[in-house]
Amino acid sequence: MLRIREFEDQSMKAFRNGLAGGYLHVYTGMEAVAIGWLGEKRSDDPVIAAYRDHAYPLLLGCSPYEVMCEIMGRRPGTSKGKGGSMHIYCLEHGFYGGWGIVGGHVAMGAGLAFAIKYREEDRVALCFYGDGAANAGIVYETMNMASLWDLPVVFIIENNQVAMGTRLEYHAAETELHKRAVGFGIEHERMDGMDVLQVRNDARRIIDYARTNQRPYLVEVMTYRFAGHGAADHDQSLYRTKEEVEQAKKRDPVELLSDYLIEHGAITEKEIEAMRKEAAEEMAEVYREAADAPKPEPGEVYDDVYSDMQPEEGH
Amino acid sequence: MAELAYRDALRRALIEEMERDENVFLIGEDIGRYQGTFRVTAGLYEKYGAKRVIDTPITEPGIVGISTGAALMGLRPVVEMMTMSFSILALDQIINHTAKVRYMSGGQYTVPIVIRGPGGAANQLSAQHSHSMEGWYAHVPGLKVVAPSTPSDAYGMLKTAIRDDNPVIFTESPGLYGLKEEVKDDEFTVPFGEAVVRQEGTDISLIGYSRMARVCQEAAEVLEKEDGVKAEVVDVRSLLPLDTETLFSSVRKTHRAVVVYEDWRSGGFGAEICQRIQESCFDSLDAPIGRIGGLNVPMPYARNLELLCIPNAEDVVKRARETLEGNL
Repeated sequence: MLRIREFEDQSMKAFRNGLAGGYLHVYTGMEAVAIGWLGEKRSDDPVIAAYRDHAYPLLLGCSPYEVMCEIMGRRPGTSKGKGGSMHIYCLEHGFYGGWGIVGGHVAMGAGLAFAIKYREEDRVALCFYGDGAANAGIVYETMNMASLWDLPVVFIIENNQVAMGTRLEYHAAETELHKRAVGFGIEHERMDGMDVLQVRNDARRIIDYARTNQRPYLVEVMTYRFAGHGAADHDQSLYRTKEEVEQAKKRDPVELLSDYLIEHGAITEKEIEAMRKEAAEEMAEVYREAADAPKPEPGEVYDDVYSDMQPEEGH
Repeated sequence: MAELAYRDALRRALIEEMERDENVFLIGEDIGRYQGTFRVTAGLYEKYGAKRVIDTPITEPGIVGISTGAALMGLRPVVEMMTMSFSILALDQIINHTAKVRYMSGGQYTVPIVIRGPGGAANQLSAQHSHSMEGWYAHVPGLKVVAPSTPSDAYGMLKTAIRDDNPVIFTESPGLYGLKEEVKDDEFTVPFGEAVVRQEGTDISLIGYSRMARVCQEAAEVLEKEDGVKAEVVDVRSLLPLDTETLFSSVRKTHRAVVVYEDWRSGGFGAEICQRIQESCFDSLDAPIGRIGGLNVPMPYARNLELLCIPNAEDVVKRARETLEGNL
């Protein structure tokens, strides 16, 4: 959790320093969601997510250096510098991206489960998306087919209560988003997403349900992003107050877990500080190394796609 | 050799590829129990069952999205669009997802998917069901786009499409499904990126694809009979990749060309062909390249108006005569 938080601080630094461009969205505040769910999935269960996507590949085993290189558009990046912050992929660890069209990847999430069912395997696909995506039409087409065809997919709405800059109550007619599963006969619930231990308990039970019953499940995980929507979100006062953010930070997943561990004598405050320092140093080093990494060669612009253009042709 | 209709040739390819590779499955609206709107998949539900011939709700974006996800996992979906006009609903999935992931993932993932179905006008389908979509798709890097005009090509190119690791848009023409031809009994494939000269000639090149390749042939017959003109007919077959060499060598021989396509004339794929020829064969041209496309209006319902919109042999003959008269 500390490593993800420190990684995200460094990715924001990369944006501020002009080493990362475009759109960059950090996961700060929401860590317990990905950690809880990915901690309970089986190693061969595939995962797909939207564009706030740095945490998943890190948790699945992808190296922070490769992810940071991708964010900085460098050759050693996960996509050789051609995806960027929003498009991290990691085939080796079953991470299917990394997608930038709100709601667009949800159908592919069910497609992963389709392939699992087709091959008569007992894997479960985990499909993360946000509360904003929960309004997209394709999500409902997908839920219908997932239920109709008994696909083993868990739809995980990471409800951070703001769709970019539009609050939940202004974008959703029914703000309890999990209830939208009712029309498709899909089991559903809302759960807390800040206490990682609770998330793990719920995730274990729900993944087990999907695997055992070969059925979809819709879960709405209540969370909060401490950062802005994207790195360029400069005026959060347009949609939330400082007091609201401060209130939410009282349930900072890092602090909740720290308090729990200290309370139970599993760890001391001093040890946590040492871990924090170690994570900060590790990610600062990742930043430095990535900043020195080579850029893609111009000729690579034609690689990894079918294109009818020839390199010598140019514009 | 057996005589096969275009639709039966497609079905033969589907069956052979499903037999060859168990990762191949068919998915689409009404393709199974209902036997397929144009009967391309007739009998396949009975033969392969609900696991490999999948009837879907009427939700094109979801169908393409789920199929793309399955393809990311290594399956090889063949998606039927009831008509390519409906693929407009799925453009976000096709362009933003299916066509992009290989590049965006730095080559980690491929999407071996075929999206096939009838494209273009038929018989009074009117404005929402008559689109020629191939030019739209041929604009998108990451896709391959083909438009076969004969049963043999339909068979051989569909097999190639299913075996390709890139997403392939495979457009058929509703007007071709009943077309019959002797198709070789032995298995064969037809590669992408190879145009074919249907009829050799020396005076003018008539260039088209899908049903318009046949319209070009009809026009060539009229020109020979009435004008003594020997027209060369080039069937493009594959838009992306495009076999420019065959097009260029034909034009360098005949020095004149008419390009025919059914899509709206402005911005259609034929315009791209014209420009490629102009760029590379400028010195060989004895007249401006003639261009014939569909009229730039939504497809009208009334049969006489619809026929006015779709290029026919008479239009091609007229334009060919103008091109033959003109000199640079």
